[in-house]
Amino acid sequence: MSVRSESTLWLLQRASAAVLAVCVLVHLGTIIVAIQGGLSAVEILDRTRGNVVGLLFYTTFVIAAAVHAPIGLRATLGEWLGWRGASRDVVLALFALGLATLGLRAVMGVFG
Amino acid sequence: MRRNDARARNHPAYWAFLVHRVSGVALALFLPVHFWALGQSLQGAAQFDGFLAWTALPAVKFAEWGIVVLLTAHLSGGLRLLALEFLPWRDWQKTLAAAAAAAALAVGLAFALAL
Amino acid sequence: MSTLSVRVWRGAEQGAFQTFDVPRHASQTVLDVVTHIQRHLDASLAYRFACRVGMCGSCAMTVNGVARWTCRTHVDAVAKDGAIELAPLGNLPLIRDLVADMSLFFDKWARARGQFHGTRSRHDEFASITPDSPARREVDAGIECIGCGVCYASCDLVSWNPDYLGPAALNRAWTLVRDARDVAGAERLRAVGGDAGCHACHTQMGCTEHCPKRLSPTAGIAGLKRALARAVLDGSL
Repeated sequence: MSVRSESTLWLLQRASAAVLAVCVLVHLGTIIVAIQGGLSAVEILDRTRGNVVGLLFYTTFVIAAAVHAPIGLRATLGEWLGWRGASRDVVLALFALGLATLGLRAVMGVFG
Repeated sequence: MRRNDARARNHPAYWAFLVHRVSGVALALFLPVHFWALGQSLQGAAQFDGFLAWTALPAVKFAEWGIVVLLTAHLSGGLRLLALEFLPWRDWQKTLAAAAAAAALAVGLAFALAL
Repeated sequence: MSTLSVRVWRGAEQGAFQTFDVPRHASQTVLDVVTHIQRHLDASLAYRFACRVGMCGSCAMTVNGVARWTCRTHVDAVAKDGAIELAPLGNLPLIRDLVADMSLFFDKWARARGQFHGTRSRHDEFASITPDSPARREVDAGIECIGCGVCYASCDLVSWNPDYLGPAALNRAWTLVRDARDVAGAERLRAVGGDAGCHACHTQMGCTEHCPKRLSPTAGIAGLKRALARAVLDGSL
């Protein structure tokens, strides 16, 4: 991979990390508050279904995660398993797509 | 060629790296499962309730707590990295690593208490 | 008189540890120990040293698993239960016994464009670099590197990624990137980026932890990462 592409990946990783930092803090806070006193599906979905802010927030969350996780795995696969080259990048791109698809499906299910 | 062993790695920044990498890999493996499970909500409230009942099992609750700890550890380790890479250099990186560990424990505790 | 038990690597890639008993003294350095072995116990032992006062870095080797300068390492500081273990520097091919082949270390220095390129000649005015300019202060420490190889030997990424340029080469490149007189900046950035360059560093800081001159290649590598990010964003890469 060219120096330009590697540098771009580095930049994307840090940018998505910054986005995720905010999202994770909000998410953790929300979950800790929400699970006080137990939860049921009806309770959760009542609060979330049709919530546009939630939809936008979690869509951003999913996209940032789908960018961040594969780039992070890339270094680990190369250094610890010796897996480098085009095949690694293809598999990770598919993983990114898979994450995004599953994630957006979940977002639609909870907030749609 | 001689390779290093644990004796050369016994310093805070190395442990911070290891925690960050291991937690990252674990989270990357957990995330698809998490998304898939939430996608079950598409089937409607009844399916979702069935799934939520499963999450009440102690083993699952423990795993949830573990995920939260990993997430906080990874987050605070990541913030440490962002500080090291973008802020002017200081010599208190060990303090950063310690702060990251402390934050992870704190959130883990909060979550455990809330469960 | 107490004795120090010293395990020393003998041979090359194939070899074994050999144990010697060396008289232990107060204020004894590990270099004293190695020299005693070679002069009094086994003249065939190969090892390096030169200045013996912590200026040249030639005596770098692995002592009890950690890369150090033997002339600047007191036996009392490292001996465990009256024993020490000596091996050549890690991450480098072996020549013999405690002598590592430094060629690749310096090849990578060159590959990272560690050479200064200026435009002035002897007929021009001196370049003026104020000591407290931000760029100067950033590399003030880094220019003190003497190329001893301890950081390179201490870096796991060098072990895991054979092409990785390593902390010393990247630190050197950083000092030139921040040198206002140098004109080869763009070319140098292209040389130090990528999987075999600064992006391979994961901030484990083995280099900073073990540098005998307390330099921080990690800081320089972070600077290179930022410089490359800027170059991507402004389209100059």
